[in-house]
Amino acid sequence: MTPTSSTTTPGVRVGSERRALVPAALLGPGVLFLIVFMAIPVGLLAFYTFFKRGRFGGVVFEFTFDNWIKLTEPLYLGVIGQSIGLALIVTVLALLIGYPMAYAIAGLSPKWRTVALIAIVLPFWTNFLIRTYAWILLLNNAGWVNQWLQGLGLTDAPISMLYTPQAIVVGLVYMYLPLMVLPLYASLQQLDPALREAATNLGASPWRAFRTVTLPLSLPGALTGCIFVFVPAMSNFVIPELIGGGKTIMVGNLVRDQFLSARDWPFGATLALVLTILLVLVILVQAAVSRRLAQGARNA
Amino acid sequence: MPETSVNPPTAVLREVEPSARPRTVRRPRGILIALWLGYVFLYLPILVVVIMSFNDSENLFVWRGFSLRWYPELFSDAAMMQGLGNTLIVATGATAIATVLGTLLAYGIHRYTRGGLIRAFAIAPAILPDLLLGIGLLTLFALLSVTLGLHSVVIAHAVFATAFVTAIVLARMASLDPSLEEASRDLGAGPVRTFVRVTLPQLTPGIIAGALLAFTLSIDEFVIAYFTTAPTQPTLPIVIYTMVRFGVTPQVNALASLLLLVSIVAVIAAQRLTRLTGSSK
Repeated sequence: MTPTSSTTTPGVRVGSERRALVPAALLGPGVLFLIVFMAIPVGLLAFYTFFKRGRFGGVVFEFTFDNWIKLTEPLYLGVIGQSIGLALIVTVLALLIGYPMAYAIAGLSPKWRTVALIAIVLPFWTNFLIRTYAWILLLNNAGWVNQWLQGLGLTDAPISMLYTPQAIVVGLVYMYLPLMVLPLYASLQQLDPALREAATNLGASPWRAFRTVTLPLSLPGALTGCIFVFVPAMSNFVIPELIGGGKTIMVGNLVRDQFLSARDWPFGATLALVLTILLVLVILVQAAVSRRLAQGARNA
Repeated sequence: MPETSVNPPTAVLREVEPSARPRTVRRPRGILIALWLGYVFLYLPILVVVIMSFNDSENLFVWRGFSLRWYPELFSDAAMMQGLGNTLIVATGATAIATVLGTLLAYGIHRYTRGGLIRAFAIAPAILPDLLLGIGLLTLFALLSVTLGLHSVVIAHAVFATAFVTAIVLARMASLDPSLEEASRDLGAGPVRTFVRVTLPQLTPGIIAGALLAFTLSIDEFVIAYFTTAPTQPTLPIVIYTMVRFGVTPQVNALASLLLLVSIVAVIAAQRLTRLTGSSK
């Protein structure tokens, strides 16, 4: 909170007390609010991971490493591994679906581009739970997809689609696809079309021009999109529960259950903290990789 | 990244065919089909919900004929109306707190800090997993023996909403001309007067955009509210969640369609607003 030097505010003479008071009055309320309601809650969770559970939630202040040891049980490691696996599949699928979409939008005329982008964002502003529920209407045994399949004579008996891991993947891809398309579009749209033109004029096939020019330059956007999808997909517990029927458990579900039904808050806090650390690591790796990419492009 | 677009990879240059005629770069037709399929994927579920909101049947999956009956019934559904009321109270409260704190923070950060520490701290709640914030606040409130209710959700939502307001006002701040403030101060106006008469009016579009975003995010927010409210005071997303878990009535379709309509109007309005403020500069 260093006050700006008087050089930026020429002609203003204020007492040194007053000078310290102004930034404190501006930053103080917000910083204090966030310390009390963000930093302390997160710190409290980290603190709780070293104590025993209370009987009905809460904590008993007896020091222990049990929560961290419990985490290494195959059951919990399995859930963490499964969550990472599912979130990865979701991310890759979103990239495969989102890339052609972003690429196509970047090639539209400016007017249609705006329309196309609004159409990408709009579902995202529709209530999250309602979009989840919509998939139940579609995938249920009596749902629309099964009605269509039977109507077309593709199947006699309804195929169970709801309450499967595949349904969770579809739901998560659907939920976070806009977050993949937007950064991809941003990086594709910045590309100088003259580059691709130059490549094709010099005889590169469209595919080669794409592979050697467009694709490498859109990697930073792709990476950002992957993070935007992976991070929320990993901690989501609503879709595994509602579309997955609670049969496939992800880390988010475990955390929720520890807090609201098993009432083992310290262990729930441990799981949530591990999840957050994993996500922070992923983000740090992404930041490092995109820095390397930017450097590589500059040195090329 | 303007610097990335200077040199095409040299590999391309090796492929020079002297006979190659200049071609215009065309994106293959298939790419547009992929785009349309993507939109089908994004909109099919929403479309199904909207269609079923006009279905004259208790059955959620079978079409029986057109009817508007679920719309009036929606407004006589006590649980949903309570949820809607709660959601509006929470969103209004959280937006009010976040707009004041976020604007002050953004101004303070822009004017009085160097380095990104406080900036990162103020924007952190926007990136923090909602799950972590939800259980963290639940833990804090439990430790302090705070009774859960709408007030605790208001505080919880104000935390992430403050981050979004700060980020948006900061972005607006960066585009301001500092010489106006200097002029005001040179002419003898104090810092408070300068802020209220010179800076604030210029920041207004950013503040409004931030407040709108905060309000919209709060209305849609489920996870944090789920952990920080009392079971007797559910917000609308929690009401929907409970219904989806324990039995959906067709009113949900009507509710979904109305919410969709509201978001379409809001998104288009926001688009117009940003275009207006962008061109007025």
